[in-house]
Amino acid sequence: MTHMKQMLLGSLAVAALCVGTAGQASAQYTDGTIKIGVMNDQSGTYADLSGQGSVFAAKKAVEDFCKAQKCFDKIEVVFADHQNKPDIGSGVARRWYDVEQVDVIVDVPTSSVALAINQITREKNKVFLNSGAGASDLTGSACSPNLIHWTYDTWALAHGTGSALVKQGGKTWFFLTADYAFGHALERDTAAVVEQMGGKVLGKVRHPFPAQDFSSFLLQAQGSKAQVIGLANAGADTINSIKQASEFGIVQGGQKLAGLLVFITDVHALGLKTAQGLTFTEAWYWDTSDANRAFAKEFSAANKGNYPSMVQAGVYSAVMHYLKAVHALGSDADGAKVVEKMKEMPTDDKLFGKGTIRADGRKIHDVMLVEVKKPEESKGPWDYHKVIATIPASEAFRPLADGGCALVK
Amino acid sequence: MFELLGVPPQALMGQLLLGLINGAFYALLSLGLAVIFGLMNVINFTHGAQYMMGAFVAWMLLQYAGIPYWGALVLVPVIVGATGVVIERLLISRLYHLDHLYGLLLTFGLALIIEGLFRQQYGSSGLPYSNPIPGGQNLGFMFLPWYRGWVVGFSLAVCLVTWFTIERTKLGAYLRAATERPDLVQAFGINVPRMITLTYGVGVGLAALAGVLAAPIYTVNPTMGANLIIVVFAVVVIGGMGSILGSIVTGFGLGIVEGLTKVFWPEASATVIFVIMAIVLMVRPQGLFGTPR
Repeated sequence: MTHMKQMLLGSLAVAALCVGTAGQASAQYTDGTIKIGVMNDQSGTYADLSGQGSVFAAKKAVEDFCKAQKCFDKIEVVFADHQNKPDIGSGVARRWYDVEQVDVIVDVPTSSVALAINQITREKNKVFLNSGAGASDLTGSACSPNLIHWTYDTWALAHGTGSALVKQGGKTWFFLTADYAFGHALERDTAAVVEQMGGKVLGKVRHPFPAQDFSSFLLQAQGSKAQVIGLANAGADTINSIKQASEFGIVQGGQKLAGLLVFITDVHALGLKTAQGLTFTEAWYWDTSDANRAFAKEFSAANKGNYPSMVQAGVYSAVMHYLKAVHALGSDADGAKVVEKMKEMPTDDKLFGKGTIRADGRKIHDVMLVEVKKPEESKGPWDYHKVIATIPASEAFRPLADGGCALVK
Repeated sequence: MFELLGVPPQALMGQLLLGLINGAFYALLSLGLAVIFGLMNVINFTHGAQYMMGAFVAWMLLQYAGIPYWGALVLVPVIVGATGVVIERLLISRLYHLDHLYGLLLTFGLALIIEGLFRQQYGSSGLPYSNPIPGGQNLGFMFLPWYRGWVVGFSLAVCLVTWFTIERTKLGAYLRAATERPDLVQAFGINVPRMITLTYGVGVGLAALAGVLAAPIYTVNPTMGANLIIVVFAVVVIGGMGSILGSIVTGFGLGIVEGLTKVFWPEASATVIFVIMAIVLMVRPQGLFGTPR
């Protein structure tokens, strides 16, 4: 029914955030303004993990950037709802680029939409900083000189979670896969890890996206007698799968659930009682440093008590680095040049610390393997994760040569 | 042991049972719609939102008042039904003299507003609601959670009681008569507007009841109704608009068809009901149990 909804447009939103000391020659910036378009799910299943939280993160990055150094004349943050539909997302992107002078699109969860925006951004020579989507194709076969994939990808998730579970003895797998680009990529990447480590994939079932009832699919997974049931889906689909798996006694029956993409907002929706013990991969968690905790506190005050997800933290980090690169370059006009500059400069911000960006557009940083706490271990609101291992940046992402990206020679 | 298209019979039995359980939700929701359409000629697009409200009010009762599931099962239909009464009195009743289309637009708009308000307040990823009867029984061919068994039994009972009330009691006879000739029934001293208001309240209460039943197994989130309502409308169309028995039988029946599709061709499970709807509309436009109007 969402397709009938009014599109929520960025034009409603957000005034210029900082009026700087005007040292920069504004003529170098397209129409004198740096316009950042946050495009994501504002109303559907991914709205809590991206949505307005990502808009807040982008604005916060602008604010912090302007505090730290001399600011540009005008930086504006706008947002739009892509409703998880590639056609709607493409429409917004074209209008933003062609009519509304948007210079950079950030966030964009839902891989099918992200792949479409990637194409358009390349055509128009703008900049696309993806934080929300997972498909590792973005830095593989679909890589582009105008894109940086910031926070996580299906390869990192598959390797983090997949290899940890195989090492714990989960040799046989069955996949519950959301039937679209992201689910397919996640299933493919995880299956490759499992098989590479000597495990076996016994079967898979592809469910419509989004779905409500997973009992039928879970029963097929149960019947396969696989040791691990890999949930290659996200958002409400993952929540429903885990909730119903617990109802059908799947974990008690000795099978293990692998949430291949779980966000902290999903853990919140499940409650610790149902989610406890779940192991998964996170690129960022709020309770790991003072700077992260301070950001989370501010974020929570502005977002109804919710804490930031890794996607929202990634938006902050990406926008910060973009502004630094444009500042260093003195122009935002040529998207490919800006991205080139971003790749050249090492990244450094308060949330993700130091990192780099590879030639294929992959942002590189450590990722964590976390386990959801038991209810009695949790000491406060959103105290959900135990970090059980850190995967160093050098191993966390797909080796540069394996992606098949044309930019890598 | 024989296999049907590569699926062992035990697995098939399990899937049939699961289909029946999902059918219980379709039946309960389409029943409410059928009652409202059959007796008021209003196509209630707010139904999905009212189902969602049922789940949310159950969560609120637990969260803010400590009232557990079983209390919610009684209170929620009354509370949400009461909001339905207010909506009918304030808004829907003003549109009876107009074309159906206006009622449809009004209720559709209301659904969007209600969903938006809940999303604004509670976010989109949902709220936890724990299972009141955990555990289950191994039936040999599948593990049946106690709660799912309860859902099937309870909704079947509610469906039958509703059908009996409307088709076999004096109250039901008044209601049906009031739909046909409101002026005559009013002349006999029966307060027709009030009866219609209460009918809407009951239909909404049924949606809310389905919402409470859904809370422990699906995520309680603002879009839970929007995802389901389109399927439920297809069920109503297949069963025959306004046919009480039709909505019950097709609800359970389509649950089973959908369940089997999930085994043989999972990717198509979201579409199969609409394919059936298209076929039924071509062959028998009034629906399987409907009478031509």
